[in-house]
Amino acid sequence: MTGWRPPLALVLAWFALLALLALTVTLAYVPLHAFNAVAALTIGTIKAAIVAAVFMELRARGPRTFVFAGAGLFWLGILLWLGMMDFLTRT
Amino acid sequence: MPDAVAPQFISVRHRDETAELGMWVFIATEVLLFGGLILGYLVYRHAYPAAFAAASRHTEIVIGTANTAILLTSSFLVAWAVEVFAAETRKICAGLLWAAIVLGMTFIVLKGIEYAGEYREHLVPGIDFNFKANEANGAQLFFVFYFVATAIHALHMLIGIGLLAVMATLTWRSPSTRHRAALHSTALYWHFVDLVWIFLFALIYLPGRSS
Amino acid sequence: MSEDNYLNAGYSLRSWFLTTDHKRIAILYFASLIFFFFIGGAAATMIRIELATPQADLVSSDMYNRLFTMHGIIMVWFFLIPSIPNTLGNFIVPLMIGARDLAFPRLNLLSWYLFMLGGTVTLFAILAGGVDTGWTFYTPFSTLYSNSYVVLAVAGVFIAGFSSILTGLNFIITFHRLRAPGLTWYRLPLFIWSLYATSVILVLATPVLAMTLVLIAVERVLGVGIFDPRIGGDPLLFQHLFWFYSHPAVYIMILPGMGVINELVSCFSRKQVFGYKFVAWASMAIAAVGFLVWGHHMFVSGQSLLASLVFSFMSFIVAVPSAIKVFNWTATLHKGSIHFDAPMLYALAFIGLFTIGGLTGLFLACLAYDVHATDTYFVVAHFHYIMVGGMVTAYFGGLHYWWPKITGRLYSEYWARASAVLIFFGFNLTFFPQFVLGAEGMPRRYHVYPPEFQVWNVLSSGGAVILAVAYLMPMFYLGYSLFFGRRAPANPWNAPGLEWQTPSPPPEHNFDTQPVVTRPPYQYSPDFEAEPQNA
Repeated sequence: MTGWRPPLALVLAWFALLALLALTVTLAYVPLHAFNAVAALTIGTIKAAIVAAVFMELRARGPRTFVFAGAGLFWLGILLWLGMMDFLTRT
Repeated sequence: MPDAVAPQFISVRHRDETAELGMWVFIATEVLLFGGLILGYLVYRHAYPAAFAAASRHTEIVIGTANTAILLTSSFLVAWAVEVFAAETRKICAGLLWAAIVLGMTFIVLKGIEYAGEYREHLVPGIDFNFKANEANGAQLFFVFYFVATAIHALHMLIGIGLLAVMATLTWRSPSTRHRAALHSTALYWHFVDLVWIFLFALIYLPGRSS
Repeated sequence: MSEDNYLNAGYSLRSWFLTTDHKRIAILYFASLIFFFFIGGAAATMIRIELATPQADLVSSDMYNRLFTMHGIIMVWFFLIPSIPNTLGNFIVPLMIGARDLAFPRLNLLSWYLFMLGGTVTLFAILAGGVDTGWTFYTPFSTLYSNSYVVLAVAGVFIAGFSSILTGLNFIITFHRLRAPGLTWYRLPLFIWSLYATSVILVLATPVLAMTLVLIAVERVLGVGIFDPRIGGDPLLFQHLFWFYSHPAVYIMILPGMGVINELVSCFSRKQVFGYKFVAWASMAIAAVGFLVWGHHMFVSGQSLLASLVFSFMSFIVAVPSAIKVFNWTATLHKGSIHFDAPMLYALAFIGLFTIGGLTGLFLACLAYDVHATDTYFVVAHFHYIMVGGMVTAYFGGLHYWWPKITGRLYSEYWARASAVLIFFGFNLTFFPQFVLGAEGMPRRYHVYPPEFQVWNVLSSGGAVILAVAYLMPMFYLGYSLFFGRRAPANPWNAPGLEWQTPSPPPEHNFDTQPVVTRPPYQYSPDFEAEPQNA
């Protein structure tokens, strides 16, 4: 039966995600102090980008879908940035 | 087989593209929903770094990692199912969706086991909480966040499992273009639930492991 | 009615309560909103009666707390936020863009049912004994110490929030995907631009409120939570999360009103709106910048000084697009052929009252003055000038403008004008004294006050009586018109919009043939005749 195989891009994405998961768990046990958090969130962001671009097909969509997809993230950024601003600058 | 579209649409393609755009708007709302929790987490992690790290160490990293792998794989299966959606391959497509559902249920079961473990270790705020004195406050805040965030995430997973089950059943019988659009939207929702977990995993299970 | 239209397309209960026709859903919302407006108004009546004397003679302190809480919750979430978008928006949007319906009609019906469910739960909370936290639910009082039905109330608002989100989602997708052929973005009426901006806020701000309400409920049920100071929680976190939604929420409330004013000012000046693109993008700017100012509700709360400065600065910035709109409306009037029909009276009232409300907002944006004015009647007067003097006025203006289209009937112009004038007079008498009271130091949410404040309170309560009568009058003459009013033609105001190019009331399918748009909106010939958008 033809047409049942998954596209190579999907399989590669899956392997990449699992590899990044292994990486992030391993790195968590390496004492990098402040950089641990940066590493964990960076790897998480890369995994999220792979899921969004490949699984959610964002790489095949036009600018309008990008804007819609990005709007939530952008506004989340506003909430986090301006929200944290108070707590970070209290004397 | 041509199927009729509702009068406000001019073609099947018009309807399907509209449905997908609608799902992206819905996903944006969900980002902000979890975003409120994330702000709370960041505020208290900044205020009580040691307590948060200590509390993180009390989470079950084995279950957490296994659950992450399970969810990533289920997303892969759902994306695969969307690619092979066609009349000839409908049983394979449905089978992939059922496999994703099984993985999703496994996630829920493991989460339940995890919750039970946390109850035994006296880590449930408001019900039974006991932690080392100087870190108890921050740890309790961490665990309130942990339970609320993972419970709401699990609720979203259950909804997703329900939607996948409906789609799997419809696909098995007789897939149409309308079902393709619905599956596509369901898949977007499922991938989003996976995305949320990726970040929750990084914030809940990984901090403090190296000390 | 002689021809087939959406009203006589079925008389069964099922055809109304299971409808997916955006026009019928608008009517369902309209009826519900009248009901909630009366409940919120009843609370306001009790408040103003109590405040006519300096002593506590009508109600106890506890009861007073419940009254102003109920007034706030019902008016904000169950009247103002859904008002224009879900009644006029639902009805007019597909007509205005030449579409058969909204993008997701069943989601539209679900929105109404969620709204009703949320309203029922909230009403149950009120009838069971009420909530005493203020509509702002500040912690730790709401989570740890209040002896009232907080969880029920937040549950009701939570459910209604999903109604809001679905409405915003529906509108955004409709504007992107269902515009008639030839209807480019810059040919859309400004009502649509305003509703688009409103929908962006609905969709992005409401979920944060949803999560915040869940966290209140969790803390109340578990007895401990992330706002709990006893375990190191910060009550200000609640305020940040709450106001992140609630400040943009006030723009949800006013933007649709501004959208209506565009339509009224242009139609009754027989001129296109001055500076169309500026007004369109000002709406978007208000929506965007409106997300950056929420901390101005927290200047004296213990927020950091830097945060207060940033939020103060941004609050000055957000006034600019609103001012641009006021200037452009004024310029639209200039050299127009002014007609003082009732909708225009409302529009003119809006421009004046909104300006006063907006300017006093700048007073409050100023950090130093806000320290003096916060939590006083100055704030109460400010937001009532915008919400009631602005938004409710615009709602009434839009209602009168589109009444012939919606019902197929003409109302009595004499009574409509009388009512509009009485509303203006009653409103100012009610709320202007409150600016004085606030500047002199009377705090809000108190029903006992020093005797020297009584004069202004009596003026305010007297004004409230007039306002109440004035708000009741439309019930009578609009209701009368439903049965005995003259039948309305398709285009009673001779306006160029697409919604006027189909019969009054419209047929169920809106247009007999798909309109094709060839012109920008608000086009009038030199002798002030309308040039329809699809001619």
